[in-house]
Amino acid sequence: MARKSDHHDSPESGAPDAASADRARAQPLTRRSFIKGAGAAAAVAGLIGVHTPSAVADAAPSATLGAGVAEKLGPGPVTFDLQINGAARRLSVEPRTTLLSALRDHLGLTGAKLVCDRGACGACTVMIDGAAATSCMMLAVDARGRQVTTIEGLGTPTAMHPLQRAFAEQDALQCGFCTPGMVMALAAAMRTNPAPTLDDVKQAVAGNICRCGTYPHVFKAALAAAQAPGAKPPGVV
Amino acid sequence: MARRVTLTLGFAGATREVAVMIPDDEPVPWQWGEQFSVVGVAAPRLDGPLKATGGARYTYDIQLPGMLYGAILRSPHAHARVRNVDLRAARRLDGVGAAIERGGGTIRFAGQEVAAVAARSLDIANDALALIKVDYEPLPFVTDMEDALKPDAPEVFARGGNATEPKIFNAGNVAQGFEAAAAVHEAVYTTPVQTHVSLETHGAVAQWTGDELTVWCSTQGIFGVRDDLAVRFNLPPEKVRVITDYLGGGFGSKFGAGKEVVMAVELAQAAGAPVKLMLPRAAEHVATGNRPSSWQRVRVGADRTGRLIAIALTQHGSGGIGGGSGSSGPIKTLYRCANVHTEERDVYINAGPSSAMRAPGWPQGSFAFELALDELARKLAIDRLEFRRRNNANPVRAIEYELGARAFDWDAKARAARVRGPLKRGIGVASAGWHSIGASGPQAQAIAYRDGHVEVRIGTQDVGTGTRTILAMVAAEELGLPLERITMKIGDTRDPYSLPSGGSMTAPSATPAVRQAAAHLKDKLVRIAAAMLNADATGLEARDGVIRMRADRSRAVALADVCRHLAGDSIAADGEHVPNYAGFSGEQAGCQFAEVEVDCDTGIVRVREVVAVHDAGVIVNPLTARSQVNGGVIMGVGFALFEDRRIDPRLGLMVNPTMDDYKLPGAMDIPEIRTIFVEVANGVTNTGVLGLGEAVHVASTAAIACAVADAIGAPLRALPMTPDRVLAALGKA
Repeated sequence: MARKSDHHDSPESGAPDAASADRARAQPLTRRSFIKGAGAAAAVAGLIGVHTPSAVADAAPSATLGAGVAEKLGPGPVTFDLQINGAARRLSVEPRTTLLSALRDHLGLTGAKLVCDRGACGACTVMIDGAAATSCMMLAVDARGRQVTTIEGLGTPTAMHPLQRAFAEQDALQCGFCTPGMVMALAAAMRTNPAPTLDDVKQAVAGNICRCGTYPHVFKAALAAAQAPGAKPPGVV
Repeated sequence: MARRVTLTLGFAGATREVAVMIPDDEPVPWQWGEQFSVVGVAAPRLDGPLKATGGARYTYDIQLPGMLYGAILRSPHAHARVRNVDLRAARRLDGVGAAIERGGGTIRFAGQEVAAVAARSLDIANDALALIKVDYEPLPFVTDMEDALKPDAPEVFARGGNATEPKIFNAGNVAQGFEAAAAVHEAVYTTPVQTHVSLETHGAVAQWTGDELTVWCSTQGIFGVRDDLAVRFNLPPEKVRVITDYLGGGFGSKFGAGKEVVMAVELAQAAGAPVKLMLPRAAEHVATGNRPSSWQRVRVGADRTGRLIAIALTQHGSGGIGGGSGSSGPIKTLYRCANVHTEERDVYINAGPSSAMRAPGWPQGSFAFELALDELARKLAIDRLEFRRRNNANPVRAIEYELGARAFDWDAKARAARVRGPLKRGIGVASAGWHSIGASGPQAQAIAYRDGHVEVRIGTQDVGTGTRTILAMVAAEELGLPLERITMKIGDTRDPYSLPSGGSMTAPSATPAVRQAAAHLKDKLVRIAAAMLNADATGLEARDGVIRMRADRSRAVALADVCRHLAGDSIAADGEHVPNYAGFSGEQAGCQFAEVEVDCDTGIVRVREVVAVHDAGVIVNPLTARSQVNGGVIMGVGFALFEDRRIDPRLGLMVNPTMDDYKLPGAMDIPEIRTIFVEVANGVTNTGVLGLGEAVHVASTAAIACAVADAIGAPLRALPMTPDRVLAALGKA
């Protein structure tokens, strides 16, 4: 939105919205800040969430809602459990907290990265109920009752998932910042398509950006993992 | 003190014996035909498993007890005086630990730092930023480079105009050269501002402990950050510790303590708590550096035999409020020409400052110059590869042209009819070059422990190139140990000094220090082994984890057993990079071939194939080296086809500070890339290893641009080669 540049010039124009207008000009509205902003705008009345039946199929104890029931949360921290890598993890966060922030800042799972902050780069990719999802675009409260799998849940340096082993062996990483997202996007894709073609692999990571330009080795690693002896379709814990 | 050794140096088909004096304690430089057991063998990088499992801890991943999150308020004005900053409401917000001002001065670009806060969460920090009241006095600004050159343009700095004095280079007599030319081509070529887009943004985690400061920093140069902070906070350097264990990309943009690092330290001081301050993506685009734009008028002339006899470049470019836009490197380096004139100016605009970006100046210079060469070759009716052969200035590149042409099948592709419906194919070739001789300064320490493993410490950084791994390979080679017995400790200013990682300098600078440290450690272990074997140390050699007598190979002791007999827990040895040996070249050549397919209905360009031929002295790890080549080529695809920082000239704001509007190459844009390495023994250091990062990026954009011009029969002289520009060149827009 265009604003007159003299809008903030008068000393009297110091209302908070003038400052946020300044900030909005310097840092344009992002889709994610819109999601979070909607939460903040609703903060006085509390955040209203409407859950679909699938979202609450395996609801955690604190989420006791049925289909279509509106829920008031916040504005202060709310306490709930998330199913992360097969275990219940208790969180106490503001409702506007993204799933990515919950994982990184509150649960110490720092594999997923914040890079674009708008679901455009895939660095924050995790699996939700076995499907790839950008955790920067989702509120933590909306992951209640879902199975969240992070890169840490896929394998460890001494017990790597076939994809992780292939990434290391084929040098499918350089600085490595995009790597957890790449691995998770491929792991999710290979759950439904365990024998991908090169085109399938490219499609699977089409939403993952790597500035080091390491894509060719990512393609090789994915194809190698698919053919690795004993490689089972990557599962979800 | 010093001893004379005779080395065999050179490359396939062109080796020579050279006598050189080396210090007594320096290992004999690796030479042509060296028998390696670890070096030159593809090895997965040591930190691959950690990176693939999410366990690598970047600055962005550091969490400390009681840590606050920092955020910076940035100016919405491209040019303004800050009359007042009122932090009171921000400070009153629950959860805020500190709020600070940048402190006086004029704002010269939209996105410049004004104030900063630290709070319990990033959300609260952003809430607090919205409560800061800033009284700006907006000033006239200019964000378009050509506008900035007009006589009545607003001044970015009060210095009398926005353009710097031209930097002039002259060789021979260009006017006479053009007079004698059989054919001359002249045209203007332009390139946009490119941003680095490191996936890990700039930032730091700062922690004060009494008067000691520890900073985890996303940097390419830990010692530079340490020294900057020591000066800024008036501390002796040893009171400042900077750590960069893992770095999420830099590409030249992360040297020194930037504003965000200083502000993190100030906030930590003000709040009395550790502070993490990592920039959001938009700030990363606008405020942390960029590759300057360019406007280049290139004039080239050749004689009837296709030899270049005159080149003239008039260039100006803008790095915002920074400089360094010069692009004449390729013109002065890649081809032989007696008469050269270049004239380069920086133009200031109200936009974020430039910084070094992968081969600064070269990709834009190469794009203009190589495309101009193609246009001249067509006038002379000479094959474009042949034209380059005739003017090539580097004997290694002569070999590379032939290897590349064969792998790419240049002749067949050049003859083939390549039109298939609306899809037109074209090919291009461009020359690469760089000079990465390395520099003295790096020191290293190698420590053998009783359990038989060796730790190598050096205060360098792995920016993603695989430095950690190649240094371990060099140590393993020297010690005669398998790679898995080496552990690396890098990225900490408490380790021995090393240089910042830039300019392809890391490998040539750090490998000699590590090799010398390993050699010195080996000497110590051999002396212990000599006592164990009751033999003379000079008659022993270390290989495959065993020290044995050359004369009687049955008399041997495993290195692990030697370590078990250490008097203490460990034994350490130091090494350093001795001054480069005089008279040898650290020059690199290289060339890249590209094939593209252009859809003449949509204007979409697809890069089908790239063959990249490069040399970098001794290639320590072919696996990670190939990754670097892939990266250089793909960054070139981005510069050729997509990347363009756009600023609205009326608002002064960047309109695409994201990762979708600022488009980068993704998985669907990747050509088939084939890499060929040419080994060169250069004798410059004890390893003869050169860097790869820059050389592999120099020619990529140009080769693609030459291929597009070949496909559509018209040169596209402006980057990026977007569909609208392709259609315009085809007369369809």
